[in-house]
Amino acid sequence: MQFEGEHLWIGQVGHVFVLIAFTASLLSTLSFFIAGKKLDYSEKLSWLRFARISFITQSAAVFIVFSSIFYICSHHYIEYLFGYKHTSKELEFKYLFASIWEDQSGSFLLWSIWHSIIGMFLIKKSKEWEAPVMTVISLAQLFLAMMIMGIYIFGTKIGNSPFVLTRDEINGPIFGMPNYLSMIKDGVGLNVLLRNYWMVIHPPVLFLGFASTIVPFAYAYAGLQSKKYGDWIKPVLPWTLFSACVLGVGIMMGGKWAYESLSFGGYWAWDPVENASLVPWMILVAGLHTMVIYKATSHSLRASYIFAILTFVFILYSTFLTRTGILGDTSVHAFAESGRPMFNLIRIFLFTFSVPALVYFFFHYKKMPAEIREENTSSREFWMFIGSLVLFLSAMFIIAKTSTPVINAIFGSKLAPPEDIEFSYNKVMILVGIIIGFLSAITQYLKYKSTGSSFVIKKIALPTIITIVITTLLIIFYPITYYKQGAGFLGAVYVAIFATVYSVIANASYIWSGLNGQLKSAGGSLSHLGFALMIVGILISSANKKVISEEKFKDFQIQMGVDPLTKQQDNPAENINLIRQVSKKMGPYDVTYLHDSVGKEKGRRFYHLAFERKDENSGEVKESFILSPDVYLMKDNNMSSNPDTKNYLTHDVFTYISYALNPDANEDTASFRINEMAEGDTLFYSKGYMILNQVVKNPVSNKFNFPVNGPAVLAEFTIKSTEGNTYHAAPMIVVDSFGINQIDDTVYAQNLYVKFAGVSSDQTKMKIGVKESSTIIDFVTLKAYIFPYINLVWIGLIIMAIGLVISMIQRASLSKSTGAIVLAFAAIAMFYMFLLAN
Amino acid sequence: MKKSHIVVLVGIAIAIGALIMLSVDFSTYDTILSAKKKQGKFVHLIAKLDKSVPLEYDPAKNPNYLSFTAIDSLGGRAKVIYLNTKPPELEQSERIVLKGKMQGEVFECTDILLKCPSKYKDDKKQLEKEIVTAK
Repeated sequence: MQFEGEHLWIGQVGHVFVLIAFTASLLSTLSFFIAGKKLDYSEKLSWLRFARISFITQSAAVFIVFSSIFYICSHHYIEYLFGYKHTSKELEFKYLFASIWEDQSGSFLLWSIWHSIIGMFLIKKSKEWEAPVMTVISLAQLFLAMMIMGIYIFGTKIGNSPFVLTRDEINGPIFGMPNYLSMIKDGVGLNVLLRNYWMVIHPPVLFLGFASTIVPFAYAYAGLQSKKYGDWIKPVLPWTLFSACVLGVGIMMGGKWAYESLSFGGYWAWDPVENASLVPWMILVAGLHTMVIYKATSHSLRASYIFAILTFVFILYSTFLTRTGILGDTSVHAFAESGRPMFNLIRIFLFTFSVPALVYFFFHYKKMPAEIREENTSSREFWMFIGSLVLFLSAMFIIAKTSTPVINAIFGSKLAPPEDIEFSYNKVMILVGIIIGFLSAITQYLKYKSTGSSFVIKKIALPTIITIVITTLLIIFYPITYYKQGAGFLGAVYVAIFATVYSVIANASYIWSGLNGQLKSAGGSLSHLGFALMIVGILISSANKKVISEEKFKDFQIQMGVDPLTKQQDNPAENINLIRQVSKKMGPYDVTYLHDSVGKEKGRRFYHLAFERKDENSGEVKESFILSPDVYLMKDNNMSSNPDTKNYLTHDVFTYISYALNPDANEDTASFRINEMAEGDTLFYSKGYMILNQVVKNPVSNKFNFPVNGPAVLAEFTIKSTEGNTYHAAPMIVVDSFGINQIDDTVYAQNLYVKFAGVSSDQTKMKIGVKESSTIIDFVTLKAYIFPYINLVWIGLIIMAIGLVISMIQRASLSKSTGAIVLAFAAIAMFYMFLLAN
Repeated sequence: MKKSHIVVLVGIAIAIGALIMLSVDFSTYDTILSAKKKQGKFVHLIAKLDKSVPLEYDPAKNPNYLSFTAIDSLGGRAKVIYLNTKPPELEQSERIVLKGKMQGEVFECTDILLKCPSKYKDDKKQLEKEIVTAK
């Protein structure tokens, strides 16, 4: 059958280039491998040339594939399943990118593009390491190409093609018609949860972080292959720093996203998906430290190998966890069940890299040079190594817990997460935080080889005193109120705050006294300072987070857990109802739901909430702002909620709608009852009476701030309810170039609508319409928190990233101008993304 | 290695090992029947909404009270009380994971995880449904 209006050429182009990418990366893998084995220089060079051309070809092919998909999305070619599933015409331009990486094959493609760029860079820069390093990267590209190939080999499907057609994949009678395209109006579009600034920017950064971790792995392989066991550390250090920076920032972007636009109520929840990217980062940072140790002292070479290898192995393992659907019921993130072939392919990808690399490493283990001389316990390298080990072990702890679905799948067990998932991580990680805090505070004051104790004590005395003072002040003036987990944990929180504040102060003072303020070589101290500050922020904002939307139960009481410290009932009822225009007390604020409005996208609705804080005695308004959280209301009363946050330097007021009525389901069927009234007349309604105070011609101001461009009449009412409350209403009639406008007023608290309908036929009385709605009153249910000192988290992150960039510039010996450009770019990007861009 | 190193390393290993042992506080996935035998113990139920029994949720009266009946694949039934807002898409979910404790015949739920067909865009059945309604 001939179908009308399809654009099949672009899919064919895309598909051909996927195959080209596959073939070219296969050739480049083989030829780089052979080049690495050749000893004869000219022979080696000719293999290298061929390998480079192959790699460049595959890079170009990957770009063309990406462009084809972008073309399909931007032209809304819904004959392609990709276009149908991920785009819709209402999507803003920036979300076209987001709709590419919403798809599994699209995100593999993104990863592949970063590998290509990194690969090209390495071809140019890696000199004698090129052949073995590029062998590894080309092999990874081979696998990534397979992920999006979607062809059958011996009856097995390899990967999922992004270019399949809707009519081939979905059954429906509609596809039997040649003109089916004219009958489908639009694609499904990007998941509403993902329509967000961060969805555009977080995946590319995270995937750059993911992609860059292959470089240390590839260099470790190169080190083994060339048998120059220790020489790879120097060239790989800048890459490791780069990777630690980008991956760390990428992970925290996910946290910021979760915090400000998903209704998870926080930035970190130890969700399996978050853990899966945190674990490789922790191993990478452990590896970074052992590499630094090796460069300074020739210790810890074997540890550097194992950490470099494991970082990438765990990147692949996390891909396995998050892409195969194996996490299933344990994650809030929704991931597609990928089907058996994809499951197998990702598993083969994982084993192809991890098993040979680890075997190869242990095969060479004995041959590696190792220092016979032992580290002195007063040496810097000893404690750095301990720190790395702690990081690594805690990473193992996190991944072991995260892997319970895998354990269930292998052993058929039925382990499920514990009742309080977050606490089961927190209680261990707080101790890790304490250890890392102290180590990063003190270790840099130690010298490599060995240190005299009087030297350390002299240097560390001042930071210690300052920290004690700060922590004491904190305990007195801003105590931690996290009683939920008992006194023991509260104590641990205090110790952790002490340790991390100590690290902040000690690192700051080290930059000043140890390095004489030379920022060029302060990268390490700056990163530690930033990291510690971030942890301080995490501790304070999480421990002192306050729910201000608590509603006390009226009708019933159910036994909940008793708080161990305060001996008070734990109140799980964290949602509060706000009836339109009736203010309610929430924490320090009086909150009023003013009105709602419709957003640009279909089904999007904003709820405008006025927050006012009044002085308790004078009643004077001290602080007032409006928050407008929104929801996407979909059919069947489904919704998806986006929070709104008021940012202050010291705290955030964070709120989101947890339940909203669908206005379509709330159609008003009551009609207006018209009465004739003169000034001073009284009219009764079911819950009280109303008085027409006066009629004002051409009022100067009105309640709605409605611009009046013509003659207007306003009727002023005072309404008294039987409960004794007084309300005001002021409906209007405005005559302008568009005709006569009646502007009704509503008293939501009384379900009362008042209309100024006109003037009576004898011109003496006003026609007043009154409607008492029988439908449910307009209200929203919402949750609100105060997050204190959350900015410390973002500022700490920025400082850490800048510190890592400074180290990278120094280790890569970049020229002054290049270094300055890189640093300025990183700093501006970080500040913009985390502190300004919302 | 020097003795001091071994001592420190073994110390750290023991400390972390002990912590891991301490934190192995897993719960289990249960059926409604087996959960009823574990009264008051925290479990995960995999079930779905029983649509023959009306769901009770009146946000105007109390946004923090939801009650419905869950059935699992073995036919077990239990009344569920959830002191929170109704998760959107609850009625559409094919499969829900309920976390909480059985108290008598009532399951006191502290968290609900939904498996919604619409979130799984690769679910072809859902796309088939949508393409029919798109006409």
